[in-house]
Amino acid sequence: MKKKTLLSVSVLFLLLCTTATVAQNFLEGGRVSGNFQLDAQIYKADSAIGAGEVDEKMLMNAFANLLYSNGNFNAGLRFETYLNPIQGYDPRYKGSGVPYWFGSWRNEQFEITVGNFYEQFGSGMILRSYEERNLGYDNAFKGAKVRFSPADGVILKGMIGTQRFFWEQGPGIVRGLDGEFALNDIFDKEGNCKTRVILGGSFVSKYQQTEELYAGPDTLLILPANVASYALRANVTRGKFALDGEYAGKMNDPSFMNNFIYKNGHSLLLQASFSTKGLGIIASAKRTDNMSYKSRRTESGSFLDINYLPALTRQHAYSLSAMYPYATQPNGEMALQGQVNYKIKRGSLIGGKYGTDIAVNYSRITSIKKETAEGESKIGKPGTAGYKSPFLAFGDELYFQDFNIEIQRKFTNSFKALISYLYQDYNVLILEGYEEPMVNAHIVIADATYRFDNKQALKMEYQQLITKQDEGDWLQVLVEYTFAPKWYFTLADQYNYGNSDKNKRFHYPTVSAGYTNGSNRLMMSYGKQREGIICVGGVCRNVPASNGLTLTLTSTF
Amino acid sequence: MKKIFLLAAMAVLILNVSAQEGEKTLKKLPSVNVKTLDGKTINTADISNNGKPIIMSFWALWCKPCINELTTIAEVYDEWVEETGVKVIAVSIDDSRSSSKVGPTVNGKGWEYDFLLDANGDFKRAMNVNMIPHTFLINGNGEIVWQHTSFSEGSELQLIEMVRKLNAGEAIESH
Repeated sequence: MKKKTLLSVSVLFLLLCTTATVAQNFLEGGRVSGNFQLDAQIYKADSAIGAGEVDEKMLMNAFANLLYSNGNFNAGLRFETYLNPIQGYDPRYKGSGVPYWFGSWRNEQFEITVGNFYEQFGSGMILRSYEERNLGYDNAFKGAKVRFSPADGVILKGMIGTQRFFWEQGPGIVRGLDGEFALNDIFDKEGNCKTRVILGGSFVSKYQQTEELYAGPDTLLILPANVASYALRANVTRGKFALDGEYAGKMNDPSFMNNFIYKNGHSLLLQASFSTKGLGIIASAKRTDNMSYKSRRTESGSFLDINYLPALTRQHAYSLSAMYPYATQPNGEMALQGQVNYKIKRGSLIGGKYGTDIAVNYSRITSIKKETAEGESKIGKPGTAGYKSPFLAFGDELYFQDFNIEIQRKFTNSFKALISYLYQDYNVLILEGYEEPMVNAHIVIADATYRFDNKQALKMEYQQLITKQDEGDWLQVLVEYTFAPKWYFTLADQYNYGNSDKNKRFHYPTVSAGYTNGSNRLMMSYGKQREGIICVGGVCRNVPASNGLTLTLTSTF
Repeated sequence: MKKIFLLAAMAVLILNVSAQEGEKTLKKLPSVNVKTLDGKTINTADISNNGKPIIMSFWALWCKPCINELTTIAEVYDEWVEETGVKVIAVSIDDSRSSSKVGPTVNGKGWEYDFLLDANGDFKRAMNVNMIPHTFLINGNGEIVWQHTSFSEGSELQLIEMVRKLNAGEAIESH
């Protein structure tokens, strides 16, 4: 498989080059660019915090992207190497190779891409392939896609491909069509209408050879080979107001994720916002019911996803506020979120000389209501229609709740500060899969930066998490000195001072330093890392406890 | 055998390209589709500031240093525009989880930049961005003349210094 890729890449490049030699000026104006990242960790066992012995002592991930562009032609590849994958990455990444390469060209109306590619239809509820390199997530398609824009305001897309599964491709073939119509660009070229309307629709179908599977001693399931899904979306903006909505449906898709029920899936996402200079308000609601959609029906975990179900919660940036992150429950959830951003004017009595920023955010996610399906006595029995669920009813079970407020203010030219309070409820059983009481956590954060001169600054962070459940209370203190634009030094300690088991009240100190020169950056950190979930974008990765040295090098050229 | 083939292909390519290194081509903005805050699709190759420089910053709502950078620049932005004619384009790489929050949030903060949404990372990949904040300086011809990752207090002064140099026609140290 890998060899085939190598061969294809070589052919692509050779073709490119020979063409260039024939048509002398093909490469003229062509440009190669790229980037590189290396993460290496040297481990030291620490039985107290649960950091195990690592046989290799040192583990390393690295990748490099190379892009060639010339006018309307682009080609690129990514080399990846995991020798062996650093802790927290799936061990199936072990090895080296070129899992990603593509060629694409475009003119006024068409854009054609062959090879590996990423794509998203609408908000991604029925199709999205993307990568989060730093979490080891990549569900790129391999195949072909075409984008066609026959007129202003009209974008049609079609694609076919299989999905990346570590160094292989998943078994399912995914076919997709999407159309997007910006009505104003089509019918109102002069721009007389103040309301902007964009409509879109998509259709996706996956094919995986049919299988027969015993769900019980006398329940033989015949699993559908083709599973279709569709979505409709609208986006309306008028001045300060915006309204966004997408509805998605999926045909019966019995899979490991939904315990092999034959129920259709649905999802609805609605968002409304109002914003003007100094004030922004947004409210969102989402319902998800049986929407896991993968290109292998027996797949568990977060691989081979065809679609993406965005979590309607705020993504936090401080480590203790991100300690209990929410992940979308594809089998069913009702979610609500609201956020207000407000700036108290600069120069006002309360706003101070530079103004004050306030942000309040609230989200609440519960189960959906499930009732037994017709003629069944049990909810979610394999081989049945699973359950019935009234569309607008909230379930009784709370999955996650987060209230947070953040106030940020610059006091003088050299001093600024942020304070924040959060309250979170986190359902351990649903989100981590083991029996534990719901975590109720209060979190306070204070973050202050003092600027000595035009280059030097000191930043201090204080974070405290108070909870009676799970591992109890935490404290984090961080001091960072920066010498712009090249250097930073950080000292930090996380302390589990409230652990109910006194022998587990550990400190997790780290020291780190970094050097940046233009787009080259070298970072080193030494210390202990607690076990936890790191989330970026939509994906979360469980990182085991570790103790040792981490080195990260990134470069772009 | 196949590896040799690959290496040979790469070598030919590199030789081909380096053969014309003499004239030193700067990388132009790639041609990728992104969205504006009101949902309009635009091609990044068409981005311009009437011959004046552009500062392009890749950021996200969950990225503290990015917000720090944009907040810091916001305070001096009026002066920068007046002095140099520079335009800041902030490219959010937030995905559909929070891309619709970008508009209300930046309005709530009173930022007056141009904003683009790159919800599936197409522009980010084409610009070789790994980590954010990643800031580019683009000249009046749409060519990338300088870039920098990370933000620390005071970095904005280096950035505007680069813009001034660019306006004065001085050489920018290569990236």
